[in-house]
Amino acid sequence: MTQRRWSRGSIGPAGGSSARRILAGAVVAALGMLASGCGRQYVLLHPVGPVGHSELRLMLLAGGAMAVVILFVCVLLAIAAVRFRDRQGRRAPYVPDWHQSRILESIWFIIPVLIVAIIAVPTVRQTYALAQVPQARKPLVVDVTSLSWKWFFEYPSAHVATVNHLVLPVGKPVLFELTADSAMNTFWVPQLGGMEYTMPGEVLPLWLQADHTGVYWGHSSNFSGLQFEKMFFSVKVVSASGFSSWVRQTRRSDPALTAAAYRRLRAFGTTGTATYSGYPSGSFPKVTHRFTLTGGQYVPAVRGYGQMQMGMAGSGGTMPAGRP
Amino acid sequence: MTAPAFVPYLLHTLFPPNTHRPTEIGADVMMGLGMGYLVYWLTRHRKWGWLWRDWLTTVDHKKIGTMYLIAAILMLFRGGVDALMMRVNLAMPHAPFIGPEEYNEVFTTHGVIMIFFMAMPFIFALFNAVIPLMIGARDVAFPRLNAVSFWLFAFAAALFNLAFVVGGAPNVGWTAYPPLTELHFNPGVGTNYLLVSLLISGIGTTITGINFLVTVLRMRAPGMTLMRMPMFAWAALNTSVLILFAFPPLTVALLMTLLDRLAHTAFFTLSHGGMPMMYVNLFWLFGHPEVYIVALPAYGVFSEVVPTFSGKRLFGYTSMVVSMAAIMVLSYGVWAHHFFTMGAGAAVNAFFGISTMLIAIPTGVKIFNWIFTMWGGRIRFTTAMLYVMGFIPTFTIGGATGMFLATVPADYQVHNSYFLVAHFHNVLIGGTVFGLLAGMYYWWPKMFGYRLDERQGKLAFWLFLIGFWITFGPQYLLGFKGMPRRMWTYPAGHGWHLLNVISTAGAFVMGAGFLVLVYNVLWSMRHGERDASGDPWNGRTLEWSLPSPAPEYNFARIPTVSSLDAWWAMKQTGQGRGRGAAALRLRPQDIHAIELPRNTGYPFFLGAAFFVLGFGLVFSWWVIALLGLAGVWAALAYAWFDHDQHKHMRADEIRRIEASMGRLPA
Repeated sequence: MTQRRWSRGSIGPAGGSSARRILAGAVVAALGMLASGCGRQYVLLHPVGPVGHSELRLMLLAGGAMAVVILFVCVLLAIAAVRFRDRQGRRAPYVPDWHQSRILESIWFIIPVLIVAIIAVPTVRQTYALAQVPQARKPLVVDVTSLSWKWFFEYPSAHVATVNHLVLPVGKPVLFELTADSAMNTFWVPQLGGMEYTMPGEVLPLWLQADHTGVYWGHSSNFSGLQFEKMFFSVKVVSASGFSSWVRQTRRSDPALTAAAYRRLRAFGTTGTATYSGYPSGSFPKVTHRFTLTGGQYVPAVRGYGQMQMGMAGSGGTMPAGRP
Repeated sequence: MTAPAFVPYLLHTLFPPNTHRPTEIGADVMMGLGMGYLVYWLTRHRKWGWLWRDWLTTVDHKKIGTMYLIAAILMLFRGGVDALMMRVNLAMPHAPFIGPEEYNEVFTTHGVIMIFFMAMPFIFALFNAVIPLMIGARDVAFPRLNAVSFWLFAFAAALFNLAFVVGGAPNVGWTAYPPLTELHFNPGVGTNYLLVSLLISGIGTTITGINFLVTVLRMRAPGMTLMRMPMFAWAALNTSVLILFAFPPLTVALLMTLLDRLAHTAFFTLSHGGMPMMYVNLFWLFGHPEVYIVALPAYGVFSEVVPTFSGKRLFGYTSMVVSMAAIMVLSYGVWAHHFFTMGAGAAVNAFFGISTMLIAIPTGVKIFNWIFTMWGGRIRFTTAMLYVMGFIPTFTIGGATGMFLATVPADYQVHNSYFLVAHFHNVLIGGTVFGLLAGMYYWWPKMFGYRLDERQGKLAFWLFLIGFWITFGPQYLLGFKGMPRRMWTYPAGHGWHLLNVISTAGAFVMGAGFLVLVYNVLWSMRHGERDASGDPWNGRTLEWSLPSPAPEYNFARIPTVSSLDAWWAMKQTGQGRGRGAAALRLRPQDIHAIELPRNTGYPFFLGAAFFVLGFGLVFSWWVIALLGLAGVWAALAYAWFDHDQHKHMRADEIRRIEASMGRLPA
């Protein structure tokens, strides 16, 4: 929209009216798209958990501050373009040697400083806040492994596993421990909150929480090869009792994942969803659980790369062979 | 291996299935026809000797600049076709025009070509075409190295473009993150092409950085202190420093990846304890300064275009210089913002979030200074100036979405989504491409002696600007709808379809803009208004004091500079009673003999030898690689022993040339 304000005044001598019509059409189209921004499909604007909400609040703050800046710059540019255009009968003064002003230059040094400060302070606060699972609540731990090209989820507390779908209890923080047995991916459920990379030989934590039951979708956001676009997974959020009955049901009726079946799963290719009442021990790097016990920071000081490597090597040498 | 068994192996290695898809064959045929016509034309008009003497062996910065420009526009075409293929594929869910193998190749080559083989040579085209003229020099500091830079770039670009004809194109994304680049995940030679051609062109780029750093620091006309330099020269200086320190990490990262693939080392190879995240660090240690390597020259162009077409001195020159230097320094301290979501921890993320936001401050200063240069001026809306008018709002929005991405928790949501794609195209097209096109329209008369038609130029501008927003506006919204980047197709049901259709339509509008641009150049070659004065825009800097195009030696007499905007000052004061030639008041006795660099063929052969070396490395055919390496040493040895590097132009010859251009009484 700001685009239009400026262009009205500054359309060049050539091709004015047709360009203006095209521009008007574009503005109408843009407005239409913005209006449809209220639609539920704008998943980032409709978070269902505290992480997504605090990320959205920051987006709105940054977006609002930036909208003010954009509007200001465009209006100023439009005024300059209209007033000082070289044309017949122009009234504005021509001052070819006016080239500096301490006051003006200080003003537009201070404006960006203030805006940066307005955005930076809450950014830092939220960056630290979101790096920790809320202290008072014991999170559900889910171990996530991205494979080429599917997702493998383990629930260590219940000792059940799923492929390409998650079942989560409502209103409880979930600590995802992310790794990859493939090229890098990112684990992203837009409606719950932001993403984090899954990296082979690394385990990264990400906590999310869903405050409403429902079915949401997730996807990898980092290109990882041929069938990367198939890496969708569903996230079904159920009540606490629904979750425990799902676990009971799974343990009773679904088969366990064998080591051989895991090897087949990690081969290149895609697959549908699956649920297992057990999984081979060691399919997720053990060493990583240390950071969940100490709690808090995404990467605790005690766990350096070297230690990680030792952990991987300890669990059986090379990365692919380290898995069952 | 017997001969008959060897042949199918060779054919399969050279022409795997992904080199004979219909689109590839089509491109092969077009390229073959184009080259065939070129050979026919050169033979028919007996131009081979001219091609060799005047172009392939030239060390004249102006001609090298022209060759860079031609290469950049060709690559803009190729990268643009890649972009259109992607957009066609994404116009419909489940209705692919090209499959995933091809899509992955196309988005990879689109990125590599646009950054390394379009933006970089376009920048060097402008540097070569005008920096020596602006600072009152007869050539760059190292003219032969300048030719070496060009030919390394040209042969590297040829090698990279050879990939889809022979061996198969890379398909790992322009960032080429391991472990996806490991042989286990990525067999075939495509990735080798990417690594080797970027290594070769990287040598050329580094040399260019050194060359322009020394040129700007050491070759300025008497009286032109640093603070009397045109802003574009400042841009060249800052860019050169960035290149000098940003390309080594890239070279290291690419070389290590290449060794992992060819020599089975384990720098990034996980199964032997390598660490992929080290690559990511090294890559972006280069990658973020690279963003400013392509942005600062555009800032430089705008800082020349705005004063000229506002008829007014640049507002806040000192703060422009300081802010550009600040951006240069800050750009080394922000690289981790490309991977906030790789678990570096809150402290690291907060640091890099803030350092990124700080860049908004000097950039904001520049934007306001440009606007206030117009304030109180007399603005002429030429094509070059229209690009500035398009740039300021577009780039401000791009910068704003950059602030958005620097807000760490927000980045967790939009990283690697279409929001990111929209953002970096917003700054790279709205900033770099608009800047380079503005520079092209602005300096075209100086480079070639005639103007580009303004009506056609303005049409191309509007198509680019409007097409840009139709393409990338919807992509921001796709980010909010959670669409990840680099998907070759997508399912229905996420509401991604309509926005993608609009985006594709916009891409075609931009494509039409490109066609108008090319038509504009071809039309103007024949019908463009000749520039007899040498100063068609009533310019302010020294290049406009010269005839268009400038003679081989640039300045018959090196001018003495006593203020900023030296040419403008000359025109205002007693030195110049009017525009154009009269202002210089050249007298026959001022003209002396000039020493000029002599043409040489070794840079061309050096480039060709690197091409052979690279080709051998790509296929791990060591004999060919060693032959290429021998060629490299041979070319360097020739250069070492070639002491006959200069030629002299006699004073009477120069007087004759100047008189023929009406600069001297005959």
